[in-house]
This record gives sequence, structure tokens and C-alpha cells, in this order.
Amino acid sequence: MNNRIDNCLTQLKEDKEKAFIPYIAAGDPNLNTTVELVKAMADAGADIIELGVPYSEPMADGPIIQKAVQRSLEQGTTLPKILDSVKLIRQTKQVPLVLMSYYNPILQYGLEDFVKDAVQTGVDGLIVPDLPVEECHQLFSLAVEEGLYLIQLVAPTTSNSRLKQVVRYSRGFVYCVSVTGVTGVREESNSKICDLTGEVKDATSLPIGVGFGVSTPEQATDMAQYCDAVIVGSAIVKEIENNPDNAINIVSKLVADFKSALAS
Amino acid sequence: MVQIPDEHGYFGNYGGRFVPETLMPALIELNQSYQMVKKDEKFQNELKYYLSKYVGRKSPLYFAQGLTEYCSGAKIYLKREDLNHTGAHKINNTIGQLLLAKKMGKRRVIAETGAGQHGVATATAAALFGFECTVYMGKEDVRRQALNVFRMKLLGAEVVAVDSGSCTLKDAMNEAIRDWVANVENTYYCIGSVAGPHPYPEIVRDFQSVIGHEAREQILEETGRLPDYVVACVGGGSNAMGMFYPFLEDQQVKMVGVEAAGYGLDSGKHCATLTKGKPGVLQGSYSYLLQDEHGQVVPVHSISAGLDYPGVGPEHSYLKDINRVDYTSVDDNEAVKAFQLLCKTDGIIPALESAHAIAETVKLASRLNDNQIVIVNLSGRGDKDVNSMAEIMGVEA
Ligand SMILES: Cc1ncc(COP(=O)(O)O)c(C=O)c1O
Repeated sequence: MNNRIDNCLTQLKEDKEKAFIPYIAAGDPNLNTTVELVKAMADAGADIIELGVPYSEPMADGPIIQKAVQRSLEQGTTLPKILDSVKLIRQTKQVPLVLMSYYNPILQYGLEDFVKDAVQTGVDGLIVPDLPVEECHQLFSLAVEEGLYLIQLVAPTTSNSRLKQVVRYSRGFVYCVSVTGVTGVREESNSKICDLTGEVKDATSLPIGVGFGVSTPEQATDMAQYCDAVIVGSAIVKEIENNPDNAINIVSKLVADFKSALAS
Repeated sequence: MVQIPDEHGYFGNYGGRFVPETLMPALIELNQSYQMVKKDEKFQNELKYYLSKYVGRKSPLYFAQGLTEYCSGAKIYLKREDLNHTGAHKINNTIGQLLLAKKMGKRRVIAETGAGQHGVATATAAALFGFECTVYMGKEDVRRQALNVFRMKLLGAEVVAVDSGSCTLKDAMNEAIRDWVANVENTYYCIGSVAGPHPYPEIVRDFQSVIGHEAREQILEETGRLPDYVVACVGGGSNAMGMFYPFLEDQQVKMVGVEAAGYGLDSGKHCATLTKGKPGVLQGSYSYLLQDEHGQVVPVHSISAGLDYPGVGPEHSYLKDINRVDYTSVDDNEAVKAFQLLCKTDGIIPALESAHAIAETVKLASRLNDNQIVIVNLSGRGDKDVNSMAEIMGVEA
């Protein structure tokens, strides 16, 4: 079975291009806008799109994404409604979609049902920021069976021996957390990221994505030297917060800026 | 007895480590360090020294004459954790954890707090052992527990008021976790209850078990027999676990954990996690949880800030499922009445948290006869709650 993430990253590699992966919180400011935002970001050059599933206890997120999640929950966003939105997106767009969800919402949905429904609606990958490899076995096997890519995170604190274990459970790409910290906008990027990406490169042939704290096109270009994909969340979510009525135009432009910076 | 938790941190189905990868190496290191000091005689002696000379242990097991007469049923004994330095059981744990942090070479400690008792206990141990200390506290609790906020500041801690979510204990814990994710390399996270990821539920239980060990010895010494019941309030569950754990193998000893029923079990605004919740993952462990059908944590309420938490430690979930402990609940009004009652019957002002256990004990003891014995854990004293009580009673404090 072909996964859209593989197709996308393989093609980009052949073209010697870097992938740009924007993150938005699904349901912020509402799910209708989310559907339009995804389509617009795909048109503006996003290679893969990450959709955050809101959870009331976002312990790995900084204030910008916390607030977005709260706005989304106030709109009554739920995981089943997000999957309905994915279905709508798939009527016109084939951009690879990755859900980023804390564990409890998918646990309460039911792991088996969730994996099946996600694949059926057109989700390609899944990131669960509070599910370390020690706890992922059940979800991992279900996901492998259905062809949903479980994407693992590695952090600057991950030791080399541990990293070798972690990447074995990753599919699609490996997500390198660029900072020891939560999500958010940062002035400076971590100059030591090449140590981590270097270790991942030695441990696996999977593509490497870098995210957390990447805020500007310049930082993205800087990071891209060491990886195959750059992930940007808070910087985009902040624009949605500041321009709820004009989010689609502003986010499209921002995505285009990031993509062209990565292409140059 | 089977060794719980197992090596992965599971008590039956409950527990585990549901945290960002960034923290996993720190949890593994913490577990290794803890397993070492657990068996290290020198560490245990140092801990004993501070518990005795600094905290003032052992705490008395006091026969509550007045309350016993009032109930005219079973004999009621109070385990006087309120007499510890800083006024609650919380310090048993913070002395233990900060001694461990010292061994691990950490310089900075962070903590979450609800009622402020754990915050004060952490700030105290931090001053004692020379740590830099930051305490996270929900904005709503900063208001409810102003006295404790000032105590922490006097002790040299920085207090951060958290204004996300419901502005209470769980939000303070989220913020503490975020701090730890960012500063994990030099910072020790001192969790205040038997909640959170493995190995915290085990560490906190072990450091609090001194309560039950002493109580067991004291009741045997005084009456020559074990109690029929032990009772404790359950927020995250540390004072209860500390009391229950040493009695778990004594099958004749029945145990009652008392949760906060807030405005009432059917009001939708309570903290009766084990009575009304469903298993899920919150803040690092799989345990009973007050949540909606989509796995979102629901708003909870208790008059007592220390019980105002939608989760519960995983070992309690296990003890509930195997029917070893009976979990009940007491609402705000009952707790307020019990608070006033103990003041009058025995001249003891209990913490509002502990007043929940007192309320349940009154119901229980009244049904029993005078050959029977109930031990209730008086987890803390009520000085911190005097202003709230005045507000509730409509008088000026
Ligand atoms: C006096 C007292 N009792 C009980 C509790 C509840 O915590 P736990 O259930 O962990 O004992 C608190 C928490 O702040 C407390 O201060």
C-alpha cells in the first residue's frame, strides 16, 4: 500500500527539494476554516500538513498553541468531527495529512476504530507527543496493519542508544524536536541541531523532519541544511489568532514564503 | 506480596509513562537513582534523621475522645499529620525527594501545588537543602490560599500563578511539566502526590508510607490489635496511599478512601474520580479520570483546593478494581460541617481536605460498636483554610 507521505518525500528527494510542513490546530477558529486553510496551504506549496487534535491538557505546547486549542475546544471540535473534515478535504486535495494528537482523545475513541477510521477518511500519519516508544506497542501494531504511519519524536535529550530504539518504531519520517522545551516561537534556532540529526541519519534511512521553535523563513532555511523537512507550528497559529477573519490569505502567503525560502 | 508497580511502572493495568520523549531519559535516570537509594542504608538513615529531628516524627496517634463520644460507636484514632512541621503530610515526601535530588546533583527544584501545602513543603525542603525553587499554582488557588503563597515567598521560593485552563491544580501541574521539559537537565521535578508518570507514584507512596507504618505500630502498642478500618481523603492520593500501603496485607483491615463530591455527585461539579470517572491518560499515567466521551478532561470542583483534581494516582485505580479499598465521597457541605465539628469535639482545626475524611469517619463510626477501631488520617491542619471558612460562615476572620 502506498502512503502519501512516502510518495511526497521520495519525489522531493529526487528533486533535491526540502519539504515544508505547516501545523495548524484543527477547529481554530472553526472546522470550516480548517478545511479551507488546508486547501489553501496545499495550493501555496505545503508538502505535508499537520493537523492538531485539540486536547484540554496540552502539556507539550507553549502558550500560542494552548490558546489555539482552547479556541478550538470552545467551538465544540471533536476527533470524529475532525475526521469528517478530513473527508471533505480529500474530495479535492491529495496533500499528505498527519494528525498530531495527545493520547487520551484517541484512546477514548478506541485505538482500533481510530486507526481504521483515520485511514479510511484519508489520514496518512499520526504523531502522539505523549506516547513514548515504551507505551506505543499496541497503537504501533494496529497502525502498521492498516498502513497509518506512526511518526516518532526524538529530542536533544534522547541518548544515542535510545535513539536507535525509537527510530525502529517510526514510519514515514523521524521528527527531531529542535529544542529542549515545548512548542513556541523562538528568536534563535538551536545551533546544535546537527548533532541530533546526524545521529538520526546514522541510525536510519528514514527522512528527517525538524520542528518546535522554527519561526521564520530564515530559521527554516538554516534548519533545512540538516534535514529533509521543516515543520512550523506556532508562527502560523499566531497569524490565525491575530487575523481570524483573514486567516486564509495571510496563512497562504506565509506558507508560500516558507516554501520559497526552502527552495532557494 | 506481588511487587507493584512492575518494571514498566504498572499497577495492574494502571500507571505507565505517558510523557514527551524529551522527559523519558530523565524518568529512566530518576528510576535508577531511586531504586539505588531505596536500598541504601545511609540514605534511609539520613531520611530518618530529618523526619525525626526536623519534621518532628513520629506523629502521635491520638484517641479522639470527643469525636468518639459524639459518634457513640467505634473508637476513633487520629493520625496527627497536622502536627508535622509545615502542617501536613506533604513534607514526608518533599524531604525524601529533595534528598534524592541532592544525590542526583540537581540544583533547581520545581513543584505544582493546589492547597499550597505541597508548595510550602517543597519550598521548606528547598531552603533546608539549598535548592533554587519555583512553585506553580493555579490563579484560583493563589486566591483561595493566600497565606500559603506568602509562606512560600518567605521561604525563598518563586511562586508562579498559572492562568490557563481552570486555573487550579491540574493546570499548575501542566505548567510544571512544561518547565521540566524546558529545563530537565538541571531541574528536579518534585511531584506532590502519587500521580504522574512512573516512578513518581512509587516514590511518593514509599516516602508517605511512614504514616501507615507508624500508625500500625502505634495501634498495636496501644490496643494490642489492628484497626477495623483506616480512612483517608483522596485528592491525588498520597496521604491515603501512605496510610493504606502498610496495611494492605492485613486482610482484616478494611480501607476507605474519601473523594470530594463538591456540589454533589449528580451536580457534574465534583472530584469523585474513582466513583464517577473512567480510565484515561492524564499527566503521565493511565488511571481513572473525570473526562467527557471524547477524552477531554471536564471541569471539577471541590471546596478544598488540595482535592480539586480530575485525576487520581494509578495505584488507587488498581486497589479499586481489585476491591481492596472502598472509595466513597463527601460533599462540600458535609466537609464544612466536619471541619467545625472536630474543632468543637477535640479542639483540633483540620484542613478542609482532611475534613472530608473526618466526615466519612463520623458516618462510619456511628454505624459500628465500641469494640471496633477506626483510624483516620488527619492529613493536615486547617490554619490555611480559616479565611475560606470565615467566608463560608459569613463572618469576618
Ligand atoms: C492537608 C492535605 N490533605 C490532603 C491533600 C490531598 O492530596 P493527597 O490526596 O495526595 O494526599 C492535600 C493536598 O494539598 C493536603 O494539603
